[in-house]
Amino acid sequence: MAEITLPPRLEGVEPVRSIRVPASIHYRYTAGEASSKFLREVAKKRLVGQQCPLCKKVYVPPRGCCPTDGVPTVGEVELKDTGTITSFCIVNVPFMQNLMEIPYVGALILLDGSDLPIMHLIQEIPADQVVPGMRVEAVWVPDDEIGPTLESIKYFRPNGEPDAPLETYKEHV
Amino acid sequence: MGKERVAIVGCGQTKHVATNDGSIATVVRQAAAAALADAQMTWSDIDAVVIGKAPDFFEGLMMPELYLADALGAVGKPMFRVHTAGSVGGSTAIVAQDLIAAGVHERVLTVAFEKQSESEAMWALAVALPFQPPMHAGAGGYFAPHIRSYMRRSNAPDHIGILVALKDRLNALKNPYAHLHEHGITFDSVKDSIMLWDPIRYSETCPSSDGAFAMVMTNEKGGDAAAAAGRPPAWVKGTAFRSEPTMFAGRDQVNPRGGQECASDVYKQAGITDPRKEIDVVEMYVPFSWFEPMWLENLHFAEEGTGWKLVEDGVTQMDGDLPVNCSGGVLSTNPIGASGMIRFGEAAMQVRGQAGEHQIDGAKTALGHAYGGGSQFFAMWIVGAEKP
Amino acid sequence: MRDIAIVSFAQSHHARAISTHNEVEMLMPLLGEAMGAAGITKDRVDFVCSGSSDYLAGQPFSFVMTLDAFGPWPPISESHVDMDGAWAVYEAWVKMQSGHADIALVYAYGKSSPGDIRRVLSRQLDPYYLQPLWPDSVALAALQARAGLDAGTFTAEQMAEVAARSRRAAVDNPFAQLAGDVEAATLLDAPDFLAPLKMHDCAPVSDGAAVLILAAEDIARELSDRPAWIRGIDHRIEPHALGLRDLTTSASTRLAGEKAGVHHGEVDLAELHAPFTHQELILSEALGLGDGVSINPSGGALGANPVMAAGLVRMGEAATRISRGDANRAVAHATSGPCLQQNLVCVLEGE
Repeated sequence: MAEITLPPRLEGVEPVRSIRVPASIHYRYTAGEASSKFLREVAKKRLVGQQCPLCKKVYVPPRGCCPTDGVPTVGEVELKDTGTITSFCIVNVPFMQNLMEIPYVGALILLDGSDLPIMHLIQEIPADQVVPGMRVEAVWVPDDEIGPTLESIKYFRPNGEPDAPLETYKEHV
Repeated sequence: MGKERVAIVGCGQTKHVATNDGSIATVVRQAAAAALADAQMTWSDIDAVVIGKAPDFFEGLMMPELYLADALGAVGKPMFRVHTAGSVGGSTAIVAQDLIAAGVHERVLTVAFEKQSESEAMWALAVALPFQPPMHAGAGGYFAPHIRSYMRRSNAPDHIGILVALKDRLNALKNPYAHLHEHGITFDSVKDSIMLWDPIRYSETCPSSDGAFAMVMTNEKGGDAAAAAGRPPAWVKGTAFRSEPTMFAGRDQVNPRGGQECASDVYKQAGITDPRKEIDVVEMYVPFSWFEPMWLENLHFAEEGTGWKLVEDGVTQMDGDLPVNCSGGVLSTNPIGASGMIRFGEAAMQVRGQAGEHQIDGAKTALGHAYGGGSQFFAMWIVGAEKP
Repeated sequence: MRDIAIVSFAQSHHARAISTHNEVEMLMPLLGEAMGAAGITKDRVDFVCSGSSDYLAGQPFSFVMTLDAFGPWPPISESHVDMDGAWAVYEAWVKMQSGHADIALVYAYGKSSPGDIRRVLSRQLDPYYLQPLWPDSVALAALQARAGLDAGTFTAEQMAEVAARSRRAAVDNPFAQLAGDVEAATLLDAPDFLAPLKMHDCAPVSDGAAVLILAAEDIARELSDRPAWIRGIDHRIEPHALGLRDLTTSASTRLAGEKAGVHHGEVDLAELHAPFTHQELILSEALGLGDGVSINPSGGALGANPVMAAGLVRMGEAATRISRGDANRAVAHATSGPCLQQNLVCVLEGE
């Protein structure tokens, strides 16, 4: 890189190495029809997925279109708030800003009746005892804190059922 | 159709670091100037500039081609910016070479970069998508469950990831441009490093880097001229992109079909029927160690479930018969937007005999591979020492 | 060079805020419409390319989710630019020229409503010297307008006339956001918005999306009765710092126009991507468009300005008029960056 010759009055002056420029922009996001419907149901403690008219898969949370067929998912399917863990990882880094004790488990959970696992937290079981196939149920936040957000579900915990056989969720691992 | 042959006649990069003291323009220009010097050309020889990088939130600079036009000598020329998430460095190289293959331009400069220290890359990667369920755990948290699935499917022993990380970081010691130069690294030091997202340890995870990689590409005439002047080019023998949805019912995130088909396409274009035998060296995008055995299968180098055996048997070491990531790979250097182009460029450097201490002797055919998003965007190329 | 044409185009009803639909929902029906008009289904598309902006959406990797609207399965060959869709059209055109694709689908979308577009666009500027001052896009355009007025390059009357003509033209455009019968003289009396620009000198803030389909050679003839052939396409960029440029002319548009061959034939109409009235005057002069050329029959960006799609919409509007037989040879233009820093010119022609 070319050497820069400073004018005499700048010699000996400490160069500026970096500047700190705080920047903030506010955005108002649109959930869109599909997400809005879904989140309003969550606010009523209901999980309602949407079904693709072509491939018949049930998506939760729905985003308005089937990602493989590119058509609107219109059929509504109410789902239970229980499911099967298809895979998981044990998180040892404080991403949740000390809201969760480390280590904690992030898992992919296939809700009963749906075709796409959701990612959520697993609690009420030591991290090293979590296994794929484990049956879990949602633990919701107190009724007065429930709102149109998937954070209305605090986490999932084992529901005591025997582990689901691999065939029931094999497609997802 | 009149497809023109494309030659890579210049490669240049910055020494990748956690925080590069230069401005964004400085970093990009350094790499570009190095590539031009390697090609023995000047800024005015270039017809068009194509840049690529990952989300603009990483630097806090929207549409950087606007700010960088001057630094890259692009004033009065066509300038373009590609953004395909993590595979972008690779996609950018492909778009650049398309300009020549299509006969639109004769000499194209392409640069991919990221200056992650400028803004807050970790934040940008973990930004909660509105109305989406919270991810809870960052990029590693997204991939770790799929890595676990691979381990289960293949019965791979636990230490395979450690072997990959050790290999890549030791290779990096032979690459003066690599970010991480861990002189004391051992199997045990990797194994004992903190577990981040079980099964991914700290030492099995890519760093966050500032850096840029640039290439100068020309048509056949330019390639021949470089060869005649004793500066052998790398010739493009095949390029392909594939994309698939992030999430859909029954998606295989361990061995995505998009990656398999992209590889098949690029091998077909290059006339390769037995990749394991016919490819001399591979630069693949491995940000977490376990991706090496997974991609070995995805790229048809190993049967499903057996990729880890190639790692264990030392096949992917520099002295093995399918060396992978002699440059140190993404595990040693990861300016996200540049990483794909570094793979593509390192592949070109190998077949040009330009890789210095990490050169594989006699490398004639190399694969450059990049992926991005939730293992859903793939970009690949095959380059060779001989004209297609 | 292969003969490549635009064979189909669809756009949304652009609006100040499409608040009931997210980007995927905004785009999905248009994909179906464009493919339907061309008589194809997604399996015939060889290459998909899109234009959009993360900063506009307020989300890193924002384009990733939107791709689902196309249904990329089985896996597709696809790419993306964080620029106006016009540049995605360019990338697709190059891909087709290289022989890798015969049919390409290009989409572009942008919602300006989530953020404050003027502040968002300030993030395009030099991060060390300009960004910290937060110069907004309208202020920069006003600087340019002032320079032009002071230099006598154009007059306030001419600017008002552009606004009036665009509004009236937009009446016939069902997709436009701002339309109406106004007289230039009335507009001239309006108060300043950001002097010397008045509100009507500026494009509206819009949400919108658009899709167009390109096809090569005989395939284009199969998919469209009257394809709009791309006879030339080129783009150029100027220095970033405003002080390094003559803001009263558009050197890059002139150069791109020459390279694209604008004057290799008679131009019937021009769709110019001018988010400010004075910019239309600058562009039209740079392209050497005479009085006989119909400028922005769609109403232009002053009628609707879905940022990241507005340039692609100009190409679509020009192509549509050729396909309908309303014109034979048209120029479509797209711009990017502060004060017309980067410009793309495309020349379209019926057979």
